[in-house]
Amino acid sequence: MRRVLVLGATSAIAQQVARLYADRGAELFLVARNEERLGAVADDLRVRGASVETAIADLDDPARHDELLARAAPLELVFLAHGVLGDARDTGGTAEAAEAVLRTDLLGPVSLLTRAAQRLEAQGSGCIAALSSVAGDRGRGSNLVYGAAKAGLTAFLSGLRNRLSGAGVRVVTVKPGFVDTPMTDHLPKNPLYASPERVARDVVRAIDTGADVVYTPWWWRFVMLAVRLIPERLFKRLSL
Amino acid sequence: MQPLESWGRYPPARQAAVSVHWRSDPLPRVHGTLLPFGQGRSYGDCCLNEGGTLLATSRLDRFIEFDPEQGVLRCEAGVRLGDILAFAVPRGFFLPVVPGTRFVSVGGAIANDIHGKNHFRAGTFGRHVRRLELLRSTGERAVCSPAANAELFAATVAGLGLTGLVTWAELQLRPVKGPFIEAETVPFRGLDEFFALDADSSERFEYTVAWIDPRPGDVRGLYFRGDHSERAGKPPSLRDPAALPLDLPDFAVSGPTVAAFNALYYARGRLRTSRKQVHYPPFFFPLDAVGSWNRVYGKRGLLQFQCVVQDRAAVSALLERIVSSGLRSSLGVLKTFGDVPSPGMLSFPRPGATLALDFPNRGAQTFALLDALESIVRDAGGALYPAKDARMSPASFAAAYPRAAGFERHVDPAFSSSFWRRVRAA
Ligand SMILES: Cc1cc2nc3c(=O)[nH]c(=O)nc-3n(C[C@H](O)[C@H](O)[C@H](O)COP(=O)(O)OP(=O)(O)OC[C@H]3O[C@@H](n4cnc5c(N)ncnc54)[C@H](O)[C@@H]3O)c2cc1C
Ligand SMILES: NC(=O)c1ccc[n+]([C@@H]2O[C@H](COP(=O)([O-])OP(=O)(O)OC[C@H]3O[C@@H](n4cnc5c(N)ncnc54)[C@H](OP(=O)(O)O)[C@@H]3O)[C@@H](O)[C@H]2O)c1
Repeated sequence: MRRVLVLGATSAIAQQVARLYADRGAELFLVARNEERLGAVADDLRVRGASVETAIADLDDPARHDELLARAAPLELVFLAHGVLGDARDTGGTAEAAEAVLRTDLLGPVSLLTRAAQRLEAQGSGCIAALSSVAGDRGRGSNLVYGAAKAGLTAFLSGLRNRLSGAGVRVVTVKPGFVDTPMTDHLPKNPLYASPERVARDVVRAIDTGADVVYTPWWWRFVMLAVRLIPERLFKRLSL
Repeated sequence: MQPLESWGRYPPARQAAVSVHWRSDPLPRVHGTLLPFGQGRSYGDCCLNEGGTLLATSRLDRFIEFDPEQGVLRCEAGVRLGDILAFAVPRGFFLPVVPGTRFVSVGGAIANDIHGKNHFRAGTFGRHVRRLELLRSTGERAVCSPAANAELFAATVAGLGLTGLVTWAELQLRPVKGPFIEAETVPFRGLDEFFALDADSSERFEYTVAWIDPRPGDVRGLYFRGDHSERAGKPPSLRDPAALPLDLPDFAVSGPTVAAFNALYYARGRLRTSRKQVHYPPFFFPLDAVGSWNRVYGKRGLLQFQCVVQDRAAVSALLERIVSSGLRSSLGVLKTFGDVPSPGMLSFPRPGATLALDFPNRGAQTFALLDALESIVRDAGGALYPAKDARMSPASFAAAYPRAAGFERHVDPAFSSSFWRRVRAA
């Protein structure tokens, strides 16, 4: 991939993915909402060998989506990384908080990727890769809205892949487990945590090799298989 | 955040840790004092802040600007020196000063004003820092250089993290043709032979260092010297090595094990005396082949001793005292510093011979030896290296670092460290 559009370029995982493409001398179009942070990321990637364009946007705002995609054209790889964890417990699980998480983690991504898919389908080539999460594989009490948003995103990506499979457009669903990034800064760390560098290597390999759904690190596939096999009667009583 | 510890894992310290993700962010508001933490490659307590908060900088790892003509690199302070080399060597540049491990951050290299095997030519790391930005607890961002904010610059270089958070630095790199070093190994016996070899080698080679094995009545060693090769070539890949997954039991560093290791290492070195071309990592960073090798020393950790003394007699007194203690060290290093002036108020390097050894933490026995070595150094008018120290007394510190009082004015009132409270205790 020579051209990469990164949505949510200040994400810790996205920064590492972009570095791997910078090492290959890629052309990057970076979108993020914080200007100072985006500037720091863009400078780093330029020094590492990428040619870089940037745009500032709050990706919750669908009115910006078409304009961003038009500026980033021609599209080759669209990598969607932005997201928020939210916190069901802190916000007391208010409906407003839930809606905000759904807007950032599901509505925005669906709007962006629907529009991107139309463009890629029309040109008959390209790739969409998005960061979903293992949290979307089964709802848990500790982050139910986040889990619901990621479950929705996973299902949307799978449908998109199905729809575009004849059109020469690939769709890669990435499901990271726990990753040590600002999103999880407030949580105590355990050996299940992976580094964003590790996750980024898996992401780029999946895109290079044409994988459909990738868990990262790979063993989360089996962990989640086991988690999904627990009968609901039992699962509902676990503190997760 | 993971609990953070220093490389020697001694002293154990309890403190909070907050990651700094963006150089544009303000300092976090916390109870108690702050201290920047780089890669935790300091052995003792200069990177610890018992009861306070550490500012983890490993995510301040972005490059900012690179001038390929002049070899000037501006980067965030958490960038590791190994990452700079991986970037710079293929572009024909090298760091002017590197320590014995590539897992050291730019901020840590500045805050201890580190030295390399070429001190007699290049001086310390701080000499090659053109500018840096210091974030103070007032929110002020001071850009410091030898010309602007010069006093704050001299306090921050070797400033042990006490003057504020270095967010970025601009470094002057040096050109190289490729990734190779023309390296030579020369076995020697006795200090006279070492000093003769050293005098001759520093005339002809850019990098020099000796591994030593002090034994009763004698010291043997291997003298390593080298230069950057003119040969171009593909740089080696610098993946992080597999880490030792567990703490080893005490016998791993017991006297007989170390003696056997040293005998083998010496014998192997004697067989390889010819000149050869090697990639730069094994020449500069032999210990990096195994990640977290400090775990060889087990849970109780290790204590490092590094001093500089002008007097050769003091070097032999130190070696004799070590031998008579019965404690063996497998990582003994001896080299000489030149007279290139160090830029920091608290810089350690000064003309003389510098001796570094590490000892497993055996409690009282190890502490007694370190106390004895410290007093030999103090009597000889030498200095101990804060980066390696967990024990030195306030009196030794004051004697070796006469500019500490002037430095104190530049300490940020919101910053402190376990080391600083220890050496400044009344
Ligand atoms: C195997 C090995 C070999 C070594 N060889 C050498 C050698 O040859 N020569 C030599 O001089 N040293 C050597 N050292 C010591 C090492 O270079 C220093 O201890 C160095 O300071 C470690 O850097 P760090 O990034 O790990 O910093 P840390 O150890 O985490 O911190 C060191 C100090 O730097 C301060 N600091 C860190 N980042 C910042 C920042 N952004 N702003 C302000 N202050 C900051 C901390 O507060 C602390 O006072 C060696 C260490 C090891 C483990
Ligand atoms: N960390 C994990 O354990 C983990 C696990 C599984 C999946 N994931 C997913 O991986 C993705 C990346 O997360 P990360 O771990 O790299 O965390 P991160 O560093 O916190 O990244 C999240 C990014 O999303 C951006 N963002 C949030 N809302 C936005 C909006 N409305 N418009 C534009 N940008 C917005 C944030 O921008 P600001 O910098 O401006 O805040 C931030 O850069 C997320 O989708 C996350 O759900 C993470």
